[in-house]
Amino acid sequence: MAFAAFGGGGAAAVAEPAPLKKSWIAIGLLAPGLAYLALFFLAPLVSLLLTSLQIAPEGAGKGEYIQAFNWANYVVAIESYWPHILRSFTYAIIATLAALVIGYPVAYFIGVTARKWPMIQALTLTLVIAPFFISFLLRTLAWKQILGENNWIAQSLHGLGWLPADQTIVGTPFSVVFGLTYNFLPFMVLPIYASLERLDRRYLEAGSDLYAPPATTFWKVTLPLSLPGVVSGTLLTFIPAAGDYINASQIYLGSPQTAMVGNVIDRTFLESQQYPIAAALSALLMGIVLVIVAIYVRRAGTEELL
Amino acid sequence: MKLSLGKWLLPLYVALALVFLVTPIVYVIIYSFNNSRRNNSIWNGWTLENWLGVCDAQGICEAFGTSIAVGLVATVIATVLGTLLAIALGRYRFRGRSTTSLLLFLPLATPEVVLGAGLAAQFLAVGVPKGFWTIVIVHALFCLSFVVVTVKARVASLDPSLEEAGRDLYGSAKQVFWRITLPLLLPGIIAAALLSFALSFDDFIITKFNAGQVTTFPLWIYTKKTPPAEANVIASAIFILAIVAVVIAQLAAAARRKRLGITR
Repeated sequence: MAFAAFGGGGAAAVAEPAPLKKSWIAIGLLAPGLAYLALFFLAPLVSLLLTSLQIAPEGAGKGEYIQAFNWANYVVAIESYWPHILRSFTYAIIATLAALVIGYPVAYFIGVTARKWPMIQALTLTLVIAPFFISFLLRTLAWKQILGENNWIAQSLHGLGWLPADQTIVGTPFSVVFGLTYNFLPFMVLPIYASLERLDRRYLEAGSDLYAPPATTFWKVTLPLSLPGVVSGTLLTFIPAAGDYINASQIYLGSPQTAMVGNVIDRTFLESQQYPIAAALSALLMGIVLVIVAIYVRRAGTEELL
Repeated sequence: MKLSLGKWLLPLYVALALVFLVTPIVYVIIYSFNNSRRNNSIWNGWTLENWLGVCDAQGICEAFGTSIAVGLVATVIATVLGTLLAIALGRYRFRGRSTTSLLLFLPLATPEVVLGAGLAAQFLAVGVPKGFWTIVIVHALFCLSFVVVTVKARVASLDPSLEEAGRDLYGSAKQVFWRITLPLLLPGIIAAALLSFALSFDDFIITKFNAGQVTTFPLWIYTKKTPPAEANVIASAIFILAIVAVVIAQLAAAARRKRLGITR
């Protein structure tokens, strides 16, 4: 089941549905949704691929292109923007790892430790999803102010001499990765929490009954059982982080030196109207994401995911 | 009593992580009370003026209204289509079932900027002018997969014997659906609709590619490089409403468990 990758499930195997009743009912239920996906998801992907092969005819104005099979657009896109592509994936991988390190203990606390206290469990869970309810742009701008030069954090780092006087926190790769980590952290915590919440405490007790130290019980019992949640959490963090360009943009936490592939697609598509280049970059981004997801899911040993 | 480090390490770590999660939210809410004339990035004392005159900022309330309208229409489309798909996937076995699952999984695995650019390329190729309805179409698209995930979980946990009981009592297929299946799925459908609305309301990247001249609330914030405090007012008000709703839902669920005598 494809969705298992994002469901954070795992513990309970879902029974296959009973052999079908009237198949025309199923067709009736499926038709509208599938038509919608075909029209507004599959067709646009085809449009994107076609656009990525277009060429500007002689004497064409801005944004005027004709259909061709100009594969050279991909060469141009890679040659001009490979640092941005590389940066996107580097930032996304670091942010995903940071979110895992921050998020796993939180998910463990909510799903296992806090079981005895439902009120604390509910409260911490609410705080984890709280960022969803406040504007993405405003919370990112808030970090820009908090980490900015007018605030005590940057000033005390300057005072201690840990941050050179001519350097800032905002506008660096650090602040971009910081923002990505923050913004997608709830996506990491929730699926891990969902799989830990179903973890049977008796497995952990069995581990300690067999004289395993807590660390061994964690590595041999808890972690493997929460693996489906870790897989979905890392995917739900990595995919949006790789395509994000708010955090990396100059008016938020980035600078021209931190521009990710999303920033380039935004600029080439919406401003300079170099549609073929923007489309080629989009196709590359999607292709690389899909390859990474497929390899990762296979390596994680959850082959049923895709 | 022995104070063991191991026992306190995890709660302390979690407390720090929660402070990290909540810090910018508190910042946004506090700055909604900032007595800022021009620049809301510098603190200048408390005031209620921003809350009393939210619409004073040019265009903010129109943008807010657009976001609400887009969110409602997109939510209805995504919830209806997604629920039908979820029932089909959860209840029927048909040829192409795994292909359908894969097709629904793909939008989730597609970075937003690719979805946005793809649809924009499509609208450009077909010659559709961008505006309110193109925003609705893209929002319903990315909400659709989330609705299917949420509702399908509910379909899977539904006890088929309840529907059988309905049929045994000579309920027609229609009656069984409207009086048994749908009410049982309703909590999942409501959760999916709320999720859709939240996703739609806050979406920026896909919207930016497909909005044309229309301005939603996130687009409005983006055009102001340092948004005025009125933006914080709207965001804070929505945040407080959402948190109150979550707390009420949790209290109601706890009360229900208590009434039914379920101990977790």
